[in-house]
Amino acid sequence: MNALRKHVIQPILDCWSLLVGLKITGKYFCKPLITVHYPRQVIDSENLSTYGGHVELIGMPKDPATPKCISCMMCVTNCPSNCLKVVKSKAPTPTPEQEQAWKEAEERGEKVVKPKAPKFPAKFMYDYTLCSLCGTCIDNCPANTLRFSSNIYWVATSRKEMHIDLLARLREQAAEVSAPAPKPEARPAAAQKEA
Amino acid sequence: MNEFIQNLIPLVIAVVGSMAWLAVNALVLVYCERKFAGHIQRRPGPFEVGPHGVLQTLIDGLKLMGKQLLTPDNADRFLYWLAPILSMIPVLLLFMPIPYGPVLTGMEVDLGLLLILAFSSFNGLALILAGWGSNNKWGVLGAARAVAQTVAYEIPLLLTVLAIAFMTGTLNLTEITAQQAGHIGNWFIWKQPLAFLVFLVAMFGETNRAPFDLAEAESELTAGFHTEYSSMGFGLFFMAEYGYMVVICSICSVLFLGGFHGPIPGIEGWWWMLIKTYALLFLMIWARWTFPRVRFDQLLNINWKWLLPLATFNLLATALIMKL
Repeated sequence: MNALRKHVIQPILDCWSLLVGLKITGKYFCKPLITVHYPRQVIDSENLSTYGGHVELIGMPKDPATPKCISCMMCVTNCPSNCLKVVKSKAPTPTPEQEQAWKEAEERGEKVVKPKAPKFPAKFMYDYTLCSLCGTCIDNCPANTLRFSSNIYWVATSRKEMHIDLLARLREQAAEVSAPAPKPEARPAAAQKEA
Repeated sequence: MNEFIQNLIPLVIAVVGSMAWLAVNALVLVYCERKFAGHIQRRPGPFEVGPHGVLQTLIDGLKLMGKQLLTPDNADRFLYWLAPILSMIPVLLLFMPIPYGPVLTGMEVDLGLLLILAFSSFNGLALILAGWGSNNKWGVLGAARAVAQTVAYEIPLLLTVLAIAFMTGTLNLTEITAQQAGHIGNWFIWKQPLAFLVFLVAMFGETNRAPFDLAEAESELTAGFHTEYSSMGFGLFFMAEYGYMVVICSICSVLFLGGFHGPIPGIEGWWWMLIKTYALLFLMIWARWTFPRVRFDQLLNINWKWLLPLATFNLLATALIMKL
């Protein structure tokens, strides 16, 4: 019985498996191709929305040129590839007149409110050559300011071009989206006003 | 003298026709193979040269012709260059006795089947010359394997063909086709199903096609017997391979599928032969992109332990039935 199984039934089953293999490849042969011929065709926006490209910043709803980032460094701490670099903004250095005024106010016994450093980062650098697109930074961001881009047709000819200044990119994106683009220098001006 | 010239003219036309047919087939089949592979493996295949890449093989051929012909140091020049020619030339002869249509036969030969079997064996000789002549250890190893394979697979092939010859009592391919005239029930595939299966498997082994393409296993032997060949030296081997594929598929359709006879009486012509041959060719291409390459011991086991006993049994059974 065992010999029958080994020498007769098994070879027949083996031959059958060949036909199964042919059936599978035949099915694939008949399916339409989904490969996109890039210069002639581009991917539609529906498919592009599911693409996870490099990491980028999300702007504020009212001011798309400013990131929602609060410089908490959670992304930098959690990044396993060490590809993010965030520099916190510093409080604006007071002018000598301001310093003098504060000193005098303190001497008078008044409470002085010194300007605080703004929350948004001064620099947000991203090294795409190191990034493994794991999404840990996105998951750990408390302000929800990071996302995967759908930047599918982006290529670079050198490593240096892969070091992206995300703040600059956000400003560019904001300029593209809204026709009366918020000027890049609008932010420092507003910061001075706050101070 | 006049009679000699009268006989010569159709022969020359047939040879030229065979050459054209071979060249067209090589071009078309390489393109088909790449497209087929692309579709099976979910990628588009050649697409840039011409609409849907139809001119790709033509350009590849031009590139091959433009490359420099190199002879390796200390190689046996004569044998080295004889090999691709020896591989290529018999293919032209093999097309001669195949009846492609009621009048579309290159040369009526009574021993057509024998002629094809005899001259197709030249390929084995060409492979071993190529491996030996190129002064390369991988070439020799590849050639040894290739010859072990082609010689082994020729035996079951011969035995199945012999069974057909027993049944029909002739080696003339036109005569064998004529005996299958009429409806589809007359085709020899129904009378010799086992022979057809054995022939089908031996066909892959004989033409060095995947899953039996061990002669040119690039992952194990760098490239096998044609390691040292560049440009058209390689091109000729390549063309010969496709030529042998066309020949063996044509023979399979003549022996088992009724040749140029259609499935319904009254409809016959060269297009039936083309449809059957190309269906078999596509089966070969399909199998190549489906099955992984077998190991060498597996290859020989399939032949010596399965195909040969089955073919022998089939031959003996045929002889017995014919005698009764």
